[in-house]
Amino acid sequence: MTKTNTKVRSKRYTASPTFGFTEEMLNAPSDSPLGSYRNSAWSAFKESAMPTTKDEAWRRTDLRKIPFDSFQLPEADAFNELAPVPEALLSPLVGDQHGGQITLLAGGSKVSLAPEIAKKGVVFTDFKTAEKEHPELLAKLIGNVVRAEDGKFAALTAALSQNGVLLYVPRGVQVEEPLHSVLWGAGENLAHLSHLVIYVDEGASVTYVHEAASPDDSLSMHAGIVEITVSDGANLRFVELQSWGSEIVNFSHERAKIGRDANLDWIFGAVGSRLTKNFSDLDLAGVGSSGRMSGFYFADGEQHLDHDTQQNHLVPNTSSDLLFKGALKENSRSVWQGMVFVAPGAQKTDGYQANRNLILSDTARADSIPGLEISADDVRCSHGTTIGKIDPEPLFYLLSRGIPQEDAERLVVEGFFDPIMQRIPFEGVRNRFQEAIKEKLK
Amino acid sequence: MSTLTIRNLHVSIEGKEILKGLNLEIKAGEIHAIMGPNGTGKSTLAYALMGHPSYEITDGEITFDGENMLELDVDERSRAGLFLAFQYPVSIPGVTVANFLRTALNARRRAENPEDKGISILDFRKTLKEKMDLLKMDHAFAGRYLNDGFSGGEKKRAEILQMATLKPKIAVLDETDSGLDIDALRIVSDGVNALAGDDLGVVVITHYQRLLNHIKPQFVHIMFDGRIVESAGPELALRLEEQGYDWVREKYAEAVAA
Repeated sequence: MTKTNTKVRSKRYTASPTFGFTEEMLNAPSDSPLGSYRNSAWSAFKESAMPTTKDEAWRRTDLRKIPFDSFQLPEADAFNELAPVPEALLSPLVGDQHGGQITLLAGGSKVSLAPEIAKKGVVFTDFKTAEKEHPELLAKLIGNVVRAEDGKFAALTAALSQNGVLLYVPRGVQVEEPLHSVLWGAGENLAHLSHLVIYVDEGASVTYVHEAASPDDSLSMHAGIVEITVSDGANLRFVELQSWGSEIVNFSHERAKIGRDANLDWIFGAVGSRLTKNFSDLDLAGVGSSGRMSGFYFADGEQHLDHDTQQNHLVPNTSSDLLFKGALKENSRSVWQGMVFVAPGAQKTDGYQANRNLILSDTARADSIPGLEISADDVRCSHGTTIGKIDPEPLFYLLSRGIPQEDAERLVVEGFFDPIMQRIPFEGVRNRFQEAIKEKLK
Repeated sequence: MSTLTIRNLHVSIEGKEILKGLNLEIKAGEIHAIMGPNGTGKSTLAYALMGHPSYEITDGEITFDGENMLELDVDERSRAGLFLAFQYPVSIPGVTVANFLRTALNARRRAENPEDKGISILDFRKTLKEKMDLLKMDHAFAGRYLNDGFSGGEKKRAEILQMATLKPKIAVLDETDSGLDIDALRIVSDGVNALAGDDLGVVVITHYQRLLNHIKPQFVHIMFDGRIVESAGPELALRLEEQGYDWVREKYAEAVAA
């Protein structure tokens, strides 16, 4: 294992970043529900260039040293030969038990859904099952929110992803028990491609937690699409946790479209991966819609986390509230680039974005780039960003009460993250973040 | 009985000497007042005792029950039994009073016994409520962020609450009376008096006599130009009240000039 690693690392610096995927890998017969979707995504993939730092959105994230040519699609059932999912990842983070759980693995997946939830018409299943049992629904919902043309990695995922989740909550159905999925990316030199399609129909509500993780020290990549529709009057609480292993390179295109008087509470936690570039867009498309985005990240070592967010106010009377808070240790780096966009005529918009960073070493770095683009006149929009270090005086105060240095620093860091914790209605998720803080401060 | 001994203490800040050979001995059970004009080094003494990194000890010694305090880190000095009630307590947003105090208590327990699992939530709540009652504090105080948005009086009460909870052997109160109205002053003083006793020595640093109407010292010291220049009983504070500091300046300024 270690030997393979060394080989991979040395390769990383000479490889040119070109994918080795071919059209033969496309599983898109014309009679399959996703045939035409995948075929057109493949065209988009072929036509799009690998992003470079000359592209505005990629200016601060350099992909040149990533050996994209070495990543393979996992064979069917590859997971049987790979490290199994740790039990801890499968336990509930929200409430006491799951209404349903999906484990996405290299070359396979496992699904369970409580019969009483299935009885209400809720679909919560993997792509393979969805293609067989809900082909029309899947074909209708896929690609409506995130387009393959949105970027190289979106196109790649759209074309080649064999793994995915379809969540459909029918009109008016309230799902009480939270749904949970885990993407476990074990294995070396693999391209894990995951696609989540979430559709909450009118007046329905659901809580969904998705976590991605993998063992440390195996170099692999992940590219993902998350497309969310929250229909008129519906409600979604979506928690995304990223605990990728230390050598994973991770890309995702995520977009949520919110209908009239609908609401999305969107929570992000990012502590893993070697490199992450994540696009998360909130489209407030229905009058009276609202969305809250809360991000927690903590980077250390050589980690590079790049989060790109958009809050698009497309119609009148919508509100968005984004708070991303991160801490950075050692040589890590974070980028947050956010945009609040208010379309012409989108009056009475209430948009807020804030990004706060705590730098815990002399060599860590955070870039924070807020943006407002406002084409309506009766709006309330503001933003705030900060990048700071731990003040010596609060530390001295804590030390003077007999609290050892390490605990004192932890208290200050926990205090820094408290405003994010206050926004997370799930104790299990808060505890997970607390543990991450403890772990990272060791 | 605990004794804090300061001998010939010299302290500099950014190369400028502030304390110039200070001597003082405080025993548990005693109440000392250190008075003096502004800028004579009273707060410097407090910070230097606690080990603030900006204060450089250039000469002299501080011992606590024979142990060399200068070799101890800030947190170790606290756990050894030294407490400083700050003149300007800093705020720590996001950290509640309860969380902070429990962490501080557990740090003490773990220093005694590395295997300690920490105080139980129930015991801790009980202790904290008792101490808050002593200081006539609303129990909701425990859930507020430490010193964050506290009024002047609340900050000082929070300092005394910490002192009550952490049970030091020697407590230095740095201008605890500043910024307090008469009611708050009484509550804080009552709190200190309730805690003072055979197990606790108190050093009250103050510019004014008025605090000493509430907290009655057995020993009063006058500090001037980085030294203790006069030491006597409570009558010394009364003399300062009547005559101000001019006579001190006259008597010792010459020595400074020379």
